[in-house]
Amino acid sequence: MNNDRLYERYQRQVILKGLGAEAQQKLLKANVLVIGAGGLGCPVLQYLVAAGVGRISIIDDDVVDLSNLHRQVLYNAQMIGKPKASCAVEVLQQLNAQVKFTVYNERLTNQNAGDILSLYDVIVDGSDNFATRYLVNDACVLLNKSLVYGAVSEYEGQVAVFHVQQGSGYSANYRDLFPHPPKEGEVLNCAEAGVLGVLPGIIGTMMANETIKLITETGTVLANKLFTYNTLNNQTYELELTARAETRLLIPATLEELMQTDYEWLCGSIKVVAEIDTDEFNTIIADGNAAIVDVREKDETPVITEFSHMQISLNRIAEHTARLTEDTIVVFCQSGKRSAQAVQQLITIFGTAKKIVSLKNGIVKWKNEQTQIV
Amino acid sequence: MITILFFGKLAEIAGSSTEVQEVFSTDELLAQLHTQYPLLASEKFVIAVDKKLISSNTILNDHSTVALLPPFSGG
Repeated sequence: MNNDRLYERYQRQVILKGLGAEAQQKLLKANVLVIGAGGLGCPVLQYLVAAGVGRISIIDDDVVDLSNLHRQVLYNAQMIGKPKASCAVEVLQQLNAQVKFTVYNERLTNQNAGDILSLYDVIVDGSDNFATRYLVNDACVLLNKSLVYGAVSEYEGQVAVFHVQQGSGYSANYRDLFPHPPKEGEVLNCAEAGVLGVLPGIIGTMMANETIKLITETGTVLANKLFTYNTLNNQTYELELTARAETRLLIPATLEELMQTDYEWLCGSIKVVAEIDTDEFNTIIADGNAAIVDVREKDETPVITEFSHMQISLNRIAEHTARLTEDTIVVFCQSGKRSAQAVQQLITIFGTAKKIVSLKNGIVKWKNEQTQIV
Repeated sequence: MITILFFGKLAEIAGSSTEVQEVFSTDELLAQLHTQYPLLASEKFVIAVDKKLISSNTILNDHSTVALLPPFSGG
C-alpha cells in the first residue's frame, strides 16, 4: 500500500491534535503481545490492528467454543473447535494486512514466559485465570515491561496499567494491588460466575485505549491507578495505588527463579493432597486402625498380599464410601496419581471428619523399598 | 457518616453501598461488617479509604468513603 493510502487509512486519527503523524509512526514501530484471545483479547486486538500497531502477537492455547460467541466477537460458528489465536489472525488480517502477526497456539507458562515476553515493548493481559495473571505480572516486573491489565467478573470490570517507567523507578504493579493470589474457590471464574457479553467489550476497548496512549505517549495512562466500571449502574471508581518496596519480595528474584515458581499451585489450581511416605505407611499398617484401599483396577499388578486392604477402583470409590468406617483412610495406586484423585473425591464426601491420605509415589515404589530392606 | 462501597461478589452479600456512624478505624469497621455479613469471612478483598489503597489499620473520619474490592480473573 502506498503512502497516500496509508494516510487515508489512519487519516481520522492522524488529524487529531496531540496525536499526529509522529504518533502513527510510533504505533507502526510498536511490537505488542496480547495474552488471551478471549472476551478481552478480541476487542483489544480489533482496535490495535485497526489503529495500525506494526507487530502484534497473540498467545492462547484454547479453541473456539459455542459459549464464547456471546462476547468473543472475532469468532463465528464455523470456527468452533479451532484454535482461537489462529482464527483471530485470520479475521484480523482482513482488517489490516500491513500488520505483522505472530501466533502462539500454546499456553503461557513459567517455562516460556521469560523468552516470549522479552520480545515485546508492551504486554496486554486479557487472560482468564489468576495463575497466568500473577505469572505475567511477575515476568513484566523482572523484564521491565509495561503491562496493560484488564479483568471482568459478572457485571464489573477493572483496568490498569502496571509497571510503567517513571523517572528512575516504576509505577505500581498487580502485586501492589493484590499481593497474594487467591486460592481456587475463593474467587469465581467466568465459567462459574457468568459475564455480560458487552462487559469485556467495554473493558477490552479501554485496554486498547491505554495501550495506544502508552505507545504514542499521549494523554495520561492508568499508571498507579485502578479503574473500575459497573455495567448495571454505570458507576465508575478510580483507586490510587502506590509502588511498595515490600511487594518486590513477593516476586521471584530472577527469571530462573520464576521458572521454578509453580503459579498453578500458588493459585490453588492444583489442590494439595496429603501424602505419606513409606515409613508413615508402614506405621499405619502396623497400627491396624486405618482403612487401606487399593484404588487400582482389579487385575493390576503387583498384587499386594503383604498387608490386608480393600480393593475399590478409583471410578467406583465415591459409591462405596459406606465400606470406609475407620477414622483414617489410606489410599494407594501404582504411582500416587490416582490415589491423590481418590483423596480429593473422599474429602468432598467426608470433609474434615476423617484423616484421608495418599501413599506418595505409589505402591510400586513402596514394594521396591520393602525388598531393599529384606 | 462513613460510606462503604462493595464491589464484585461482595455487593451480592452486602449490597452495593451502605453507611455507618461512630466507627473510628478500618479494623473496627471490618469487625462490624463481619458481624453484620458473616459471608464476608470467606471472601478475599482489599480495602481503600478515600480512593487510596491501604495495607494496615487506618483512622476514619466522618466523611470517609471505604471501598472493599475483590480480585477478578475473568477475561
